[in-house]
Amino acid sequence: MNIIVCIKQVPGTTQVKINPETNTLVREGVEAIINPFDENAIEAALQLRDKNGGKVTVITMGPPQAANALKDAIALGVDEVVLISDRAFAGSDTWATSYTLASAIKKIGQYDLIICGKQAIDGDTAQVGPGVAEFLGLPQVTFAVGLEVANGVLKVNRLLEETNEMLELDLPALVTVVKHINTPRMPSFKGKIKAKNAVVPQWGAKDINADDNKIGLKGSPTSVVKIFTPPPKGGGEILKGSADEMVDTLVKKLRDRKVC
Amino acid sequence: MGIRVLKDKCIGCKICVPVCPTSAITVVDKKAVIDLDKCTMCGACPSSCKFKAIEIVKEDVQVVDKSQYKGIWVFAEQYEGDVHPVALELLGEGSKLAKELGVELCAVLLGDSSVEKEAKELIAYGADKVYLATAPELKNYTTLPYASIISDAIRQYKPEIVLFGATTTGRDLASRIAARINAGLTADCTGLAIDKETKLLQQTRPAFGGNIMATIICKNHRPQMSTVRPKVFKKSEPDHKRKGEVIKVPAKIDQKDLLVRIIDIIKDTSVKVNLAEAEIIVSGGRGLGEASNFKLVEELAAVIGGAVGASRATVDAGWISSHHQVGQTGKTVCPKLYIAVGISGAIQHLAGMQSSDIIVAINRDPDAPIFKIATYGIVGDLFEIVPKLTKKLKEVRG
Repeated sequence: MNIIVCIKQVPGTTQVKINPETNTLVREGVEAIINPFDENAIEAALQLRDKNGGKVTVITMGPPQAANALKDAIALGVDEVVLISDRAFAGSDTWATSYTLASAIKKIGQYDLIICGKQAIDGDTAQVGPGVAEFLGLPQVTFAVGLEVANGVLKVNRLLEETNEMLELDLPALVTVVKHINTPRMPSFKGKIKAKNAVVPQWGAKDINADDNKIGLKGSPTSVVKIFTPPPKGGGEILKGSADEMVDTLVKKLRDRKVC
Repeated sequence: MGIRVLKDKCIGCKICVPVCPTSAITVVDKKAVIDLDKCTMCGACPSSCKFKAIEIVKEDVQVVDKSQYKGIWVFAEQYEGDVHPVALELLGEGSKLAKELGVELCAVLLGDSSVEKEAKELIAYGADKVYLATAPELKNYTTLPYASIISDAIRQYKPEIVLFGATTTGRDLASRIAARINAGLTADCTGLAIDKETKLLQQTRPAFGGNIMATIICKNHRPQMSTVRPKVFKKSEPDHKRKGEVIKVPAKIDQKDLLVRIIDIIKDTSVKVNLAEAEIIVSGGRGLGEASNFKLVEELAAVIGGAVGASRATVDAGWISSHHQVGQTGKTVCPKLYIAVGISGAIQHLAGMQSSDIIVAINRDPDAPIFKIATYGIVGDLFEIVPKLTKKLKEVRG
């Protein structure tokens, strides 16, 4: 069984800071990590491979430094990686990104299952997985919290707002996974050595036969016109007094504001 | 086309340098220089520059004849034959946008025959037209049949704007349609407006867990599509005398679209109120100590008609099901009132709830980060405070 996992390198959120003088996001020096949901996607792929045999290929689209995310994936035990990188991809929105990843997957050719994280923590769109599925003409199942393959049939447990949907579909297919599907493994010592020595293959726009009109800034229907920091929340108030007094004050304040 | 620094405007102030997520900007001889090998043209630096010295220039490509696209559509998501509240909220906001543009507001409703009754409701809530497709295969949402029918209808009727709720269904469906019909899609919007001059839809959304906001437009492609968070917009008052037209859309089901089979739908009986819909959420964290203490949270929530939320730690510990998890890896919520009980406020949790109107934090540790964003904070023992609060609220609410 051949599985392709699409990942994204993102800045580690826990270190996001706002510069109070300029009111802008400070991202300098923020460590780049594999998008957390994509770690679950890799883990899901590795578990399916370990059970059913086959190969796991991890791909990412990004600037050259995104190769580090792929090395981290190698350390976790994936079989192959490809970096999809080209200046021509810069400025891609989710449409152009989906098209680009799908073009790369077509070049890889052989696959039974594609797994993505449900969304990336920097953009939070959850649009690329379904986009890739559409460009490849595959059925999609988003927000999976359980995956099983038996006799070429994929069984998925899908996590919705209040329910779980149990689905079945034939492969090939694309699935996006949520955090609770598994606990990602740690890299092994052997894996780390392998990652250190690995040469990450890189494909550009020509290598994946991408249409110039569908990639990067030009191929992106949407454009960001403004990025701003939301106004900080009005000063909070720490209530004072005994437990009873604090509770009374709180209830009065909430009643005054007619919220309960 | 591309990104460039306008040398005559740049004063070398370096404000843009730390803003860049890929560390692509350096300042050389008092001018910003962008390393194009690192730049992803994410749009962060042009917004940060006070001197408008960085610009991203996008070539205008004529993709479609925009003049043919008219009207606003709202996808009327339904579950078990009832329209989801977010669709009514979108009709409320959609009416305003439609008025500004001087166009029709339409709803798109798919399901089995039991949804037909909802067409009247959609009209009462502001739809001028309802595009209705019914078939037994459309009873429960699955991506492909829905995407095919709606994509075909969009191609035929050419709306300029299509809005979806940012629910699991809406996000799954809108992404698929956007890729298929070559449309721009903006996820999880919290603000929509029409630009007075260009008449373009300005879509504002949080990114980076709400730490930044981005305004996004779709200039040349049509329709302009957005998913919009539940509870952001208000429903209009229903007017059941309102007249509207119901247009039957052929529910052509292609066998190729029936690849995904629903075997079972399991309801989580512990979920009494849907978090995304809730006006009030009471959430419990690690401070509760053990699973059985979640009853304190549940009792408080019950008194004020709230939903029960949870921090990741408690879900991971198996104290409560993952349907309840609030935060970056769980659900993003924005209720009128959010009460955090025994939650310290890891940034991942804050990312999921910091846009709530009023935040109450109850925690023993005065240095807990949750107090930094709390509207009202109580530093104290939750086992003492919460029962008192529940009791008091019960009294005053009668």
